[in-house]
Amino acid sequence: MNRRLGWFEPLPQATDLPVLLPTAERRAPRSPAELWSGLPRIRLRAWHGLALGLVFTLSAGFAEAQTGAGRPSVVATLIKWTPLLFSGFLFNIAISVLAMAGGTAVGIFLGLGQIARRAPVRGVAWLVTHFFRNAPWLVLLFFCMYLLPFQVTVFGTTVPLPDWVKATFGLALPVMANVAEIVRGAVQSIPSAQWESAAALAFTRRQIIWMIILPQGMKRMLPPWMNLYAILAMDTVLASIVGVNEVMTLTGDALGAESRPELLLPFYSYILIWFFLYCYPIALWTTRLERRFAVDR
Amino acid sequence: MQALWNWFAGLHDRTGINLTIFYDAFDRHRFAEGFLTTVKLAVVCMVLSVAIGVIGAWLQGSKLRLLRAIVYWYIQFFRNTPPLVQLYFFYFGVGAVLRTSGPGGFAHPVVSNVAWAILSLSFYAGAFNVEIFRSGIEAVPRATVEAAEALGYSRFGAYGHIVLPLAFRICLPALNNNLVNLVKATTLAYAISVPEMLWVSSQIWSDELNVPEMMSVLLICYVGLVGVLVFVMHRWEKAMHVPGLGSAARTR
Repeated sequence: MNRRLGWFEPLPQATDLPVLLPTAERRAPRSPAELWSGLPRIRLRAWHGLALGLVFTLSAGFAEAQTGAGRPSVVATLIKWTPLLFSGFLFNIAISVLAMAGGTAVGIFLGLGQIARRAPVRGVAWLVTHFFRNAPWLVLLFFCMYLLPFQVTVFGTTVPLPDWVKATFGLALPVMANVAEIVRGAVQSIPSAQWESAAALAFTRRQIIWMIILPQGMKRMLPPWMNLYAILAMDTVLASIVGVNEVMTLTGDALGAESRPELLLPFYSYILIWFFLYCYPIALWTTRLERRFAVDR
Repeated sequence: MQALWNWFAGLHDRTGINLTIFYDAFDRHRFAEGFLTTVKLAVVCMVLSVAIGVIGAWLQGSKLRLLRAIVYWYIQFFRNTPPLVQLYFFYFGVGAVLRTSGPGGFAHPVVSNVAWAILSLSFYAGAFNVEIFRSGIEAVPRATVEAAEALGYSRFGAYGHIVLPLAFRICLPALNNNLVNLVKATTLAYAISVPEMLWVSSQIWSDELNVPEMMSVLLICYVGLVGVLVFVMHRWEKAMHVPGLGSAARTR
């Protein structure tokens, strides 16, 4: 019986180190997806949110106790700033969604480029993927923030490029490289018999990839892709370092305007709760899909 | 050497490509220091995080429930919050509390920003390493440990001589992934103005107004640094690969 290890490897036959063999199937670290995509797997639990809520409640309580007479209460202050902070949070969401969409669109072709039949195409795709995978996210973000012009002129119309659009480009680059790896890994995980039988049925190579391999690879692509999105959504706060008016920057501004140090923890835990509420369903769904597809096989 | 520096000065005159880090001794020194700081930060964090991983994985197998609980909570905290938030939490949150009055009565931090960056990043990567080592340790059969015990090894001795070397070879691919991510995460130290490569470069480009040149240098340096690391790790992974356990080399 040819058992499959994780997602990608059949169990080889020969060995000269029998001491580990009985546990070979447990060898794969806890989440094969983590090893495979090279990114940490986000595993959020409901109680993480409860813990955050507890931190928020306790810190708000302490802050309330420190609030002098005649000053607005912590809750009132939070409510006052919520519309502004929420507009910043929407920027985070917009940046993450756009970066993911753009990165995925280009990344799919980059991933397919890595399995192209022409060696130069393969080489270029490999180089681009690994260049952007090896570059730190923050450096790519800086790169786009400083080097993209503040406006571009296309056919006589001037399109302004605000900060957050540049940040979107900066984050789309690493996403693109990671999606490329996800696609490549998924395509290579499909048994070669699928390719051969499709070729025997006279499908062209393009048809095989788009109609047979990619739809089957979808199962393997979807969980790591969603995990990548969760990571990206959390990493949009990096844009605060380069001065985009997203939720972290605005929280800092709000705290500066209030100049009450006891509000620091309530404000930041409040923001963390938002991120948790946004990422938790994604993480939950990822785990569920992973489990369902694992049973399916 | 001087001829090379002069060539870069000439390059600036001829083409306007202003690479001050080559022909200007001050900038050259700054950038070299920044590069070294990044390398040092990365190496120290890697060593510390691996140590945390080994110790944490050992504590996870402890008989004391309290120890296991501490490791569990540690992993939960560091795995599920973004590293930037952790860095801010340590530097602005904990760092603000840990202050003594220094010379002249000014508040003086006990732990410097560099030390906070090292601690925070090591703990961040360490949390992943604990789980990685744990998964490796779990793959070592109970019978092997029992055999070691029968030969008179203590729990510690069996861990150090039998279990860990085997576990290490099993979890090396996952460990390498994590360490590469750690090196990339050292850029976050910029946020608390640790003078590493990104921070130094931002200083240079604000002084010399040569953003495109510095950006390119920065990107090449980082990709080179991580590329070398990935290459070395990959070779090492191949050399340490346990025969009969699937090819780790093809996973990245």
